[in-house]
Amino acid sequence: MTDAAVRAVRWFGRFLWDFVIGDTPELALATGVIVAVAFLLDGSEWVGATLLPLLAAGFLLASTLRGRRRAPSRSTSP
Amino acid sequence: MHTSSTLVLVLAVFGASLVEMVEALTLVVAAGVSRGWRSALEGAAAAVLVLAVLVLALGVPLIRYVPIDALRVIVGALLLVLGLGWLRKAILRSSGHKALHDEDKIYDETVAELRADSSGTPARPAKGRDPVGFAVAFKGVFLEGTEVVLIVVSLGAAQHRLGLAALAAAAALVLVTTVGVIVSRQLSEVPENTIKLVVGIMLSSFGVFWVGEGAGVHWPGSDLALPVLVGFFLVVYFAYTALLRTLLPAAPDAVAEEAAAT
Repeated sequence: MTDAAVRAVRWFGRFLWDFVIGDTPELALATGVIVAVAFLLDGSEWVGATLLPLLAAGFLLASTLRGRRRAPSRSTSP
Repeated sequence: MHTSSTLVLVLAVFGASLVEMVEALTLVVAAGVSRGWRSALEGAAAAVLVLAVLVLALGVPLIRYVPIDALRVIVGALLLVLGLGWLRKAILRSSGHKALHDEDKIYDETVAELRADSSGTPARPAKGRDPVGFAVAFKGVFLEGTEVVLIVVSLGAAQHRLGLAALAAAAALVLVTTVGVIVSRQLSEVPENTIKLVVGIMLSSFGVFWVGEGAGVHWPGSDLALPVLVGFFLVVYFAYTALLRTLLPAAPDAVAEEAAAT
């Protein structure tokens, strides 16, 4: 492989890492869990159709809370 | 294939492409104003060409050789990561926990950087080809466009509608280019944050849908479950935004610091 091709592959690898993991690794992990749960629910109808969106919403809440900027606590602010 | 899923596909690809192309246009205009229009336009055109080749090179083999169920799980997972990320950002921005995306600020910073460039090339618009202007425009369009390529390829391949997805992206590109040429400046009036929210909701809905479908979950109503998922994630967005605004307000200093730093 030429140097240019190696550089291109490395660049694409870095891009994919930033794209999929980036600064929210918990969302990548959450997606892995959702995929695993979906396979466990193979053949289901209402259970899968209810549980998968709820799982996604739950993980989204956890990630959003992790990313929020905290307001100063009333007990510690002057 | 139901009309509902085709409509969501077209809207998702068009919206995502619109947002990314507006961001790319800011960099192209900044490169054009600072380093000369010829180089900036050539850089942008070269990037679009490479992106079009990427769509064909990645999309066609995916459709032809990867089994549809496996493809849907992979694509669904990719869309879910991307969609939840965009939705998270939208919630944080709407609730005041994150600074809004500001094209004017990005434009001013890029122009300042390009004018202060110390590479030895002229710091004012050049008449001939300028390597710095070409590189900035190429990188801007290519980096923003790669995200569009992944969305076009994944959504198009999962539904076997690659042509339609590419057409929706091309329509966004033509629209942004036309408006960009007419006004000759960055499009800061485009409600990017709102479009990103809508696309985030659509990508999350498609993501959950394809992951379930590919893994063998039977969605009640088949493709009609997609609009229901869109409604679900819209409710989630409003609920989480309200929760953060009322119960967990942001520290104003922290958001201002972040806006100044980005």
